[in-house]
Amino acid sequence: MEPAAAKLIGAGLAAIALAGAGVGIGTIFGNYLSGALRNPAAAPAQFGNLLLGFALAEATGLFGLVIALILLFVF
Amino acid sequence: MASVKEIFELHPPMHQFEIKQWIPIEIGGYDVSLTNAGAFMLGTVALIALFLFSATSKRSLVPGRAQSVAELAYGFIANMLRDNVGTAGMPFFPFVFSLFTYILVANFLGMMPYAFTVTSHIIVTGAFALFIFFGVTLLGFIKHGPMFLKLFVPSGVPFALLPIIVPIEIISYLSRPLSLSVRLFANMLAGHTMLKVFAGFVIALGIAGAGPLLVMVALTALEFLVAFLQAYVFAVLTCIYINDAIHMHEH
Repeated sequence: MEPAAAKLIGAGLAAIALAGAGVGIGTIFGNYLSGALRNPAAAPAQFGNLLLGFALAEATGLFGLVIALILLFVF
Repeated sequence: MASVKEIFELHPPMHQFEIKQWIPIEIGGYDVSLTNAGAFMLGTVALIALFLFSATSKRSLVPGRAQSVAELAYGFIANMLRDNVGTAGMPFFPFVFSLFTYILVANFLGMMPYAFTVTSHIIVTGAFALFIFFGVTLLGFIKHGPMFLKLFVPSGVPFALLPIIVPIEIISYLSRPLSLSVRLFANMLAGHTMLKVFAGFVIALGIAGAGPLLVMVALTALEFLVAFLQAYVFAVLTCIYINDAIHMHEH
């Protein structure tokens, strides 16, 4: 295989990591919403935890994206 | 009409992260030039200091707009520390406050067109994370002495599981600075690169570029949210690590 092709395939594979981030963010917001609709009084207190979970889930996917970007633009 | 490939060759999406020398300075054979990164770091600090000094210079009983913002920022971080660490964490308020404001203002400054994002370089975020890591470890050993090592031995775990649990705890402790620094750096790098890539689509599509342009407006809003969130998460995790060092596994 040509190195250039291998680079592009590798970058594409690394970007699959973002699927996990999508699942994670969806789970967090979906569960927050279902919890908030059951008990709206308790919802505002958990908003900070919601944002924390969102950022943590998003970051794991971005690790993969950074690998893809490094493969594309650095090598 | 230029193709996407031509546009990216002319304006590479990663070009915005390049360090450029602004004022060359050399002291004793070392290159200590003022670069765009250094200039934006100084600008960030100057902006924060200027705002906080001017906002709190009057100290009126009924705060004006600027003083309200300064008090809001103070209360935000003070509450965060009180919630996560308790009153024992208040001596660390200045540290967490300056960390939060610095990252927040640096992220927001980077959102300006043509501006340089200081936090998009892992050397900057890595320095913060290592500083926090070593500081927290030192703090734990000063507070608890050798007993701090009990942090790696969770209570209530069956004795037979300890050979597995302890290495996992140690690895997760050691990977803290890595995840803390890469999280901030990756978010900034990915966000700004994404904006640039979409900007390339807008130009390549000509009139039909209005579609990606609308997406870009939404993405810019998302980037502002991320800029705040990452500063918030960095500060919260610092609080959690400080809590671990002060209270260990008490609660």
